[in-house]
Amino acid sequence: MSKLITNRRGVLRGGAALGAGLAMPTIFTASSAAAFTNDPTGSTVTLGFNVPQSGPYADEGADELRAYELAVEHLNGGGDGGMMNTFSSKVLDGTGIMGKKVEYVTGDTQTKSDAARASARSMIEKDGAVMITGGSSSGVAIAVQGLCQEAGVIFMAGLTHSNDTTGKDKKANGFRHFFNGYMSAAALAPVLAARYGTDRTAYHLTADYTWGWTQEESIAAATEAMGWNTVEKVRTPLASTDFSSYIAPVLNSGADVLVLNHYGGNMVNSLTNAVQFGLREKVVNGKNFEIVVPLYSRLMARGAGANVKGIFGSTNWHWSLTDEGSQAFVRSFGTKYGFPPSQAAHTVYCQTLLYADAVQRAGSFNPCAVAEALEGYDFDGLGNGPTHYRAGDHQCFKDVLVVKGKENPENEFDLLEIVEITPRAQVEYAVDHPMFAGGELGACNGG
Amino acid sequence: MDVILLQILNGLDKGSAYALIALGLTLIFGTLGVVNFAHGALFMIGAFCSVTVQRILSLSFETIDPTKVDFLGNPATVKTPYVMEWFGESTGASIIDWSVPLAILFSIPIMITVGFIMERGLIKHFYKRPHADQILVTFGLAIVLQEVIKAFYGANPIPTPAPAAFTGSFDFGLLLGFAENTIIYPYWRMVYFAFSLVVIGGVFSFLQFTTFGMVVRAGMADRETVGLLGIDIDKRFTFMFGLAAAVAGVAGVMYAPINSPNYHMGMDFLVLSFVVVVVGGMGSLPGAVLAGFMLGILESFASMNMIKNIIPGIDQIIIYLVAILILLTRPRGLMGRKGVMEE
Repeated sequence: MSKLITNRRGVLRGGAALGAGLAMPTIFTASSAAAFTNDPTGSTVTLGFNVPQSGPYADEGADELRAYELAVEHLNGGGDGGMMNTFSSKVLDGTGIMGKKVEYVTGDTQTKSDAARASARSMIEKDGAVMITGGSSSGVAIAVQGLCQEAGVIFMAGLTHSNDTTGKDKKANGFRHFFNGYMSAAALAPVLAARYGTDRTAYHLTADYTWGWTQEESIAAATEAMGWNTVEKVRTPLASTDFSSYIAPVLNSGADVLVLNHYGGNMVNSLTNAVQFGLREKVVNGKNFEIVVPLYSRLMARGAGANVKGIFGSTNWHWSLTDEGSQAFVRSFGTKYGFPPSQAAHTVYCQTLLYADAVQRAGSFNPCAVAEALEGYDFDGLGNGPTHYRAGDHQCFKDVLVVKGKENPENEFDLLEIVEITPRAQVEYAVDHPMFAGGELGACNGG
Repeated sequence: MDVILLQILNGLDKGSAYALIALGLTLIFGTLGVVNFAHGALFMIGAFCSVTVQRILSLSFETIDPTKVDFLGNPATVKTPYVMEWFGESTGASIIDWSVPLAILFSIPIMITVGFIMERGLIKHFYKRPHADQILVTFGLAIVLQEVIKAFYGANPIPTPAPAAFTGSFDFGLLLGFAENTIIYPYWRMVYFAFSLVVIGGVFSFLQFTTFGMVVRAGMADRETVGLLGIDIDKRFTFMFGLAAAVAGVAGVMYAPINSPNYHMGMDFLVLSFVVVVVGGMGSLPGAVLAGFMLGILESFASMNMIKNIIPGIDQIIIYLVAILILLTRPRGLMGRKGVMEE
């Protein structure tokens, strides 16, 4: 008969081993306990909504959160069902996901990569979230996408427009419904050439981070292909509030178009400053001076007020679209909250439905099975026309809206008007396009 | 030459804002000995006074217009501002258009009250505490104030346009014999610069030419002796806190059309303004004004592409770089007094 002998050294060794085991993040040890990270075994499944609830994008984050709550309500059979009724896939039946009631936890990204990773990690480790979604900044989305890849959960990106998200920083566990800088440029450039002519000289002001760089590269290449000349590309610090010193030299440069590769507060301030300087009343090279904002958002347009009137840009979706899916979503969202949804709200609502649908079709919450169900998936009825989730980079391809600041808005939400719906074929590109090169999708990580 | 003139002009309005905030900061430091990190928040509250006045003047009643529909397809509600109903469409629209200048009248009593409550309610309890404690408590207060504003007004910037009469820009280039569009400068920024000169001149005149100001200056130089003369210097210093708050407030009011107010704008200015105070010399009013304009202009020059091409990122660090150079060569700042912050 063996005898258990305990001594001080043994206890210390055992304690150290136990401590090390406990200290190791559970997200990296899940495979030993379950088939994949956070396999929902009870009657509920938890989704993690990681949005900016504080900081400069808090209003956009609040709108995203409203849409997430609406999606959860619809998945669980509440409300009018919204776009579940118009979605081409009919596997969602209002009984949650695979019969499990959908619950959710929220995290505050603060629009900071480290805070966003911390909140995502907490939702995965402590709350057992099987999928993370959200974001109002490309830097944040890329950071959280990387974490989700390591942790073995699916990341359904929210509002992120940098080419890098599904370009050099793409990950097998990450999926993006939102369009990107290349698509904006491909849709916008022909419209700009048609309206302003092909003999134009552009001056770029660009937010100095991943989104700004890829947006600038895309729009410069697309407009140059139309015959435009780019006279200057100036990087502006993300923390800038007054752009006067960057705008003042524009007229002196010989440029007759100013392209503002800015978003959020940067866009509001740079556009306001440009209008104050009277750029839009100037005539340069015998042509009216024009301003272009490649990425528009209704929330940001509201911040810029009357300054957006007549200014061209692009957007992923707009509440004034008349297709059945968009109408259903606007009715659902508007009835619940009293105002129309933003493009950020639309994309996160779609992403939630697309995830739930993929799980249902795969018959499993296993991230690798879900990824397989999403890859190469064709769907319709979610407001952007026929859409394709490309397997090679996990980017959605759909029509892109070219919009213009409305001259005579009829109400406080009526700020942008759709000028053109650019067909999907015009904004498609190869997986190995130089603007998206440099990264590998890698293999799916199930945890 | 035209490029240099252009950047000097650009630096003037930025420098005006720095100078006005730094003036209040150094006024509070010089009188009460408090390093007030909540001063940027007062600038932000001032800007939101503009927003508030604009909203008050735009208060509307709703009527149903059966000929139009809203985004849900229901009959649309049309909002008509009360001022248009009371004074006619044209006069009412003009009143709303001039909401920013009108907000100055609204902001002065508001800011003095906010300053008084801040000083009596919180900051006076930290007079005898170390500067580090003062910085911590006022910084905390700044965060509280900006979160309160965010709770009421949201996180997005709110457009607060200048009166239509001041939209557009003036072509200085033509005036100076340069080509058209060489040196343009927005009208409202000219107004802001002139306004800041008036405010700065007013504060200096008040301190220089009134008995009250003379006592305050005497108190700044030797608080104990003034107290021994039977003058309640604390009461006057509290008034000066209110005055500094009002200066920051009106600076914020007039700045609202330049950049749409958002809850974070105070923090954006605070650190730079604090550097301005240190460069100017702690407690020195002329130093704060001089350093404000100087650093504003330098920042403007550093944003030029030809400079950024030589030293990338210089636009983000120029102010701190100059601050280091000045403090290395003149440890008390440009016009700092001996003995201030040296105990």
